[in-house]
Amino acid sequence: MKPASFDYHAPATLAEALELLGDDAVESRVLAGGQSLVPMMNFRLAVPEALVDLRRIEELRYLRTGADGALEVGARTTQAELLRDPAVAAGWPLLHAGVTHVGHPQVRSRGTVCGSLAHHDPHGELPALALALGATITVAGPDGRRRIAAEDFFVSFYEVALESGEMVVEARFPAPPAGSGWSFREIARRHGDFALVGVACLVAPAETRLVVFGAAERPLLLADPGEVAAAVRPLDDLHASAEYRRQVAVQLAGEALAEARERAGG
Amino acid sequence: MSTIGVSVPRIEDERLLRGEGRFVDDLRLAGALEVAFLRSPHAHARIGAIDAAAALALPGVVAVIDGRETAAALEPMVFDIAKIVPEAVREATAPAVRVHPMPALPTERVTYVGQPVAMVVAESRYLAEDAVDLLAVEFEPLPAVVDAERALAPGAPRVETEWEDNEAISFAFERGDVDAAFAAAKVVVEESFRSHRQHPSPIETRGVAAGVDPQDGSLDVWSATQTPHLLRDFLARWLGRDPERIRVRAPDVGGAFGIKHSCYPEDLLIPFAALRLGRAVKWTEDRAEHLAAATQGRDQVHRIAVAADAAGRILAVRDHAVMNAGAFNLLGLVVPYNTFTHLLGPYDVGAFGFAMRVAVTNTAPVAPYRGAGRPEAVFAIERAIDRLARELGADPADVRARNLIGPEQMPYETGIVYRDGTDQVYDSGDYPELLRRAREVVERERFEAAATERRRIGVGYAIYTEGTGVGPFETARVRIEPTGRVKVLTGASSQGQGHRTTLAQLAAEALGVAVADVEVVGGDSAAVPSGFGTLASRTLVVAGNAVSEAAAAVRAQALEVAAGMLGAASYELEIEGGTIAVRGRPDATLPLGAVADFLTPFNPARPRGAPSELAAESVYRPGPVTWSAGVHVAVVAVDLPTGVVEVLRFVVAHDCGRVVNPAIVDGQIVGGVMQGIGGALHEEVLYDEDGQLRTGNFMDYVLPTAGETPEFELIHLDTPSPLNPLGVKGMGEGGAIGPPAAIAGAVEDALADLGVVVHRGPLGPSRVRDLIVAAAGG
Repeated sequence: MKPASFDYHAPATLAEALELLGDDAVESRVLAGGQSLVPMMNFRLAVPEALVDLRRIEELRYLRTGADGALEVGARTTQAELLRDPAVAAGWPLLHAGVTHVGHPQVRSRGTVCGSLAHHDPHGELPALALALGATITVAGPDGRRRIAAEDFFVSFYEVALESGEMVVEARFPAPPAGSGWSFREIARRHGDFALVGVACLVAPAETRLVVFGAAERPLLLADPGEVAAAVRPLDDLHASAEYRRQVAVQLAGEALAEARERAGG
Repeated sequence: MSTIGVSVPRIEDERLLRGEGRFVDDLRLAGALEVAFLRSPHAHARIGAIDAAAALALPGVVAVIDGRETAAALEPMVFDIAKIVPEAVREATAPAVRVHPMPALPTERVTYVGQPVAMVVAESRYLAEDAVDLLAVEFEPLPAVVDAERALAPGAPRVETEWEDNEAISFAFERGDVDAAFAAAKVVVEESFRSHRQHPSPIETRGVAAGVDPQDGSLDVWSATQTPHLLRDFLARWLGRDPERIRVRAPDVGGAFGIKHSCYPEDLLIPFAALRLGRAVKWTEDRAEHLAAATQGRDQVHRIAVAADAAGRILAVRDHAVMNAGAFNLLGLVVPYNTFTHLLGPYDVGAFGFAMRVAVTNTAPVAPYRGAGRPEAVFAIERAIDRLARELGADPADVRARNLIGPEQMPYETGIVYRDGTDQVYDSGDYPELLRRAREVVERERFEAAATERRRIGVGYAIYTEGTGVGPFETARVRIEPTGRVKVLTGASSQGQGHRTTLAQLAAEALGVAVADVEVVGGDSAAVPSGFGTLASRTLVVAGNAVSEAAAAVRAQALEVAAGMLGAASYELEIEGGTIAVRGRPDATLPLGAVADFLTPFNPARPRGAPSELAAESVYRPGPVTWSAGVHVAVVAVDLPTGVVEVLRFVVAHDCGRVVNPAIVDGQIVGGVMQGIGGALHEEVLYDEDGQLRTGNFMDYVLPTAGETPEFELIHLDTPSPLNPLGVKGMGEGGAIGPPAAIAGAVEDALADLGVVVHRGPLGPSRVRDLIVAAAGG
């Protein structure tokens, strides 16, 4: 379980990183926390020719509230840093609650928020949270920056709307409107595992965002628990049957919506 | 003050917690080469041409060794223990046992996924893995068989082509008139229960390093093994070398649970490569290799029937079991016969019929795993008793109480021959008291107060007996240094059990010195000339009594010499805190070290003919095994809509005789129970129909973590064993024996109104939900 050999770069600036990633002659991967990529390389499921490590790029290390009140998370920010920030717990309680289900403290100490989004395991918490919170993902590449809504970002298993030479530089989570309520539920084999199936739900005065994850090739944004049974396309695997995931997705969606409404009302 | 029964903090822990442990992978042998194996991607295939040219051309690759080379140099491996059948066992159960030798590397066929096919030796593990990717091996896939019952069916693909079928072992036993008892019974229950396959998963995988001494050509081997002396003798035989010129050391070893008892192809191949290349060679197994190729555990199906009268008295038990041995019958009767001798456990049952068939299949070999056949037996009988209780409409604990062997029946002859060929006799214990004490603290009401329509509470029981302290022997040598320090050398190596503390306590007690002055050395074949190792819950009984005896002998010697030095009779002397004193003469004292110093050849006043050191050796040979016992009670919550099972509380009332270190005993129990909870709820080795391993990493093979730990209540009874001087019994495995049965019973209890029957684990949410849906009629 040793990776094949690869070139390693640790540029100091985003511009340098993008230049390295833009070299079409070399198949490069971005290394942030390495919690998914490094095991895949050790199993030789991923065999990149070069890694571009973000660890020295200070300009990507931030967690702040922007002018419009949105939470801006730079590509180097770890999940642990997000959890430690009292502003996140107070202003984005759904995000905070969901991220406590990501791995264990050891994993979260290295794993990054943007890395989880770019990796897109459809059983992972962060893609579902981004979708429920109406996040946008900022990517940078040879042609400059663009913002992609979470609805358009997650394509399929481990596949996102990144073009060649692009990387995620920031995730922006809008502040939930006043009077919002939330709920996060998941069933996992153990605490810290990827979910067998889960639900993230935000009930705002103008809109209900109900996200079911672990039940299709990407998280699904729905308006009502009644849609869940027909919308899901769950997998049958050794951890749970497709039918289990379907039934429990329906169950959790109902529970989560009720809880989010109760929180919104209170 | 006695040090026995005191929770002396584990001497080994500070070093380990500081990260200063020395495991095989930590060894830095000068110029060592590293190894990666090409392992079979097929469950069953014929091996064709192997082209190593591209691999050998890679810079840094030193050698590629395959079966053609090893076949010429290494005879296929067979373990003596697989063939041992004591005469009394033969008479009682007429076992048929077939063993086929295991080649270090196969030349014709591979028979399980993960079987080593070729080894690459290179300057680093990275390069060796690159080279493995370049090896071109032609495999011609053959039909595979994965399930034991299918393997025994006519027409199944044959794992060993020289056999006419896949049956490796069969034996049967009958006592009393089983048919008549069933015919006369008021209540009969019959069900099939499966103990699914598990992986022992120690935190440290296997590892072997070997080097050849350039001066004398002797072979130095370091291995994460439970049995350094057995490995030395095995290497001597299979490498054709003098055992005197092989030294095997087990440095710190990170858990084993039975997996590091077997001698594997890799154990032979690493020293073989070191000898062939004249360089040090090291192999550290990675987790993917470990999950595929190290031995696995469990995998039995029992068709069990219990006959009882209207009051719930069990009249007869009949059990037909099938076990999956994997691709090789490595250890013969060890596991299946353990299942047989532990099936009736603590129960006083009249008629008993038992039959066992063991099949070879195209899966990784199965060998003892913590409990070694006992959890499988307990799952079958305890589940059946739960069914009986349900049938009677009685409390399952009451039905158990009604059938327990009473303390007044001790010693209790079961009428069965144990695997060592002696009559099986429970030496001591009070099973009704264990059950009574456990029931007192279940606290069902506390949890039921929080139950809801969807979140149900259930309680389940499992009671077991465990034969411990099996022979043949263990060696101990105790020496007092002139500094007063005491050195204990033992053949029992440690994989984390705390021997350095427990054995030090025993030596300190016997000698009258402080525990801190005792140093225990194990895991080195050069420390004592012969040894057996740590397995089968035997170390405290066998090595412990050896240490105690050797220490007592040294004490006697010390007093005899000191008597002369102090001008007193030896019976007037006592030792406390490392000081010898004459009773009634407070001024006449001597440090124990001074006696050792007196005996050194440097001392001109040393008497002629006196020994040159203060030391003694004991080889302790135990008699029949001594019997531990335990009652496990699980309290669980089952969430109906999601099928999630949570173990809320786990009660263990156990009796392992005299306890030397209660904290270590507690740790062993809790660790064992956690492995049992893993089997009950999370862990299962899965192969698909073609024999591909589906659980080859720790995302798919789900181990319990600290997050899944319930609250524990541990109750100790200590009925001393009359069979050994210390009165101790073994207890390393007990914790793992009961949980699968207790938790299955608890889940069934929680879902009793639905009529759910649990036939197998693990009880993950998806399976539990299936049970609920099926019981509710879809």
